[in-house]
Amino acid sequence: MAFLDKHKAIETHATLLMVLSLLVVSIGGLVQIVPLFYLENTIEKVEGVRPYTPLELTGRDIYIREGCYNCHSQMIRPMRDEVERYGHYSLAAESMYDHPFQWGSKRTGPDLARVGGRYSDEWHQDHFMNAKSVVPESLMPPYGFLFNREIDGKYIEDVVRTHAMVGVPYTSEMIENARADFMAQVDPDGDSSGLQSRYGAAAVPNGADVNVRNFDGQPQLTEADALIAYMQVLGTMVDFSTFTPDASR
Amino acid sequence: MCAKKVTQKPGDVPTTGHVWDGIEELDNPMPRWWVWVFYATIVWGIGYSIAYPAWPLISGATPGLLGASTRADVVAEIKRFDDANASIKQALVDADITTVSANPDLMSFAQNAGAAVFRTNCTTCHGSGANGIEGKGYPSLLDDDWLWGGDIENIHATITHGIRNTTHPDARWSQMPAFGADQILERPQIAEVVEYVLQMSGQDHDATLAAAGEAVYLDNCAACHMEDGSGDITQGAPNLADAIWLYGGSRDAVTYSVVNARFGVMPGWNDKLTEDEIRAVALYVHSRGGGQ
Repeated sequence: MAFLDKHKAIETHATLLMVLSLLVVSIGGLVQIVPLFYLENTIEKVEGVRPYTPLELTGRDIYIREGCYNCHSQMIRPMRDEVERYGHYSLAAESMYDHPFQWGSKRTGPDLARVGGRYSDEWHQDHFMNAKSVVPESLMPPYGFLFNREIDGKYIEDVVRTHAMVGVPYTSEMIENARADFMAQVDPDGDSSGLQSRYGAAAVPNGADVNVRNFDGQPQLTEADALIAYMQVLGTMVDFSTFTPDASR
Repeated sequence: MCAKKVTQKPGDVPTTGHVWDGIEELDNPMPRWWVWVFYATIVWGIGYSIAYPAWPLISGATPGLLGASTRADVVAEIKRFDDANASIKQALVDADITTVSANPDLMSFAQNAGAAVFRTNCTTCHGSGANGIEGKGYPSLLDDDWLWGGDIENIHATITHGIRNTTHPDARWSQMPAFGADQILERPQIAEVVEYVLQMSGQDHDATLAAAGEAVYLDNCAACHMEDGSGDITQGAPNLADAIWLYGGSRDAVTYSVVNARFGVMPGWNDKLTEDEIRAVALYVHSRGGGQ
């Protein structure tokens, strides 16, 4: 075993050992990671999933900032009890525009992957103000300050552009109109046709129209608007009639 | 430390050649059991990668000889329970919902299935005991006060389409005007009509203002809430003459309701629940005590 005798040379040479260890570990990592980029069945081909609107994207940033992922997952696992409780198991396609994804691994609170449309905006308002007021058993801290923090979408164009840079298919039209769309989504009395033409049913095959509401129930535009808009779209995009399970995964 | 007595003598086994301060490093072989376990894991690994999905190829990973698929497993698992319940679920869907309670087998199934659906989907707003949240707009389902009707068919329709949501075209819909915010009534008129409502519901009130409020009430409120304040379930107009309040019955709460109006929303469930689940939970709610 002349080859194994060479081991002594490696073990007695720190730099060589380090370089070769790195090489071996890299191969292991690459074999697991690289195929995910080219395999066609990594992301299911389903219809209805669209990039987040500027307001939803802001809500998502607030979700990350507040560390919601520490207690809430966004990943319904393919198991009967999960599916019966939360709905259809999560698809890779549903987080393909998430950078980074919010799957999480901790469930102090319930999974939120399909929380969209389950509760009314008023419920979310009450719940963010003081979760115990609607769910006495809840441990969630109050987030009432979100209702006082006004936002104006000053940097939203840059945020959308950044997401476009990492591969989310925002068009230049979406980027240019980011701030207008941001404002339009919380104004049910205003003209949201531009927003709908870019993100709504007309723009996405088998998609649905964007929720345009005054999400936080206050006249001013606050972080609560953005976060509730994000909550209300979670898990509602995929048209499951276009989903055929692939037996190999 | 449990030191094993060293029985090896120098020279029994080869050394690695490392010497430090006269201490030599013996080159004992790996324990035999460890080596065999190591070989066994390699063999097991090869077998595993043949049996289960493993190696990435051009368009997909090797599927494995056992055809393992977590997604197929969950579908099969759900189907197993669906098949087991298929006949009774179909019976529930086919039954006339108004007479299910006369059929003990079906009603027993609906009670249990409905309780499961309720705990999963409804408790978040209506409370784990179905008692709602007083004063917050989440009605108790245990009492006899029904906004949109407490008979089984009305409960079924409310659960199916929801209330005032924008996603279900058949959702129940009504909208109270914001009498103050939209300047339909003057401030003094609002104060009067609030006193009249307090009088109607048998609470402490200012009799003079209430007397003046009657005319305001009849002109503006009676069309939906009825002249006697008994409400109208066809429009979801609450009964104002009883002691049960959706958003609180205090002077402040009633004033807020008159000034800003209320717009309680309930999601529709026919896109999340199947018809048998909706029927089961409707029967469950109907049997909670308040069903008419």
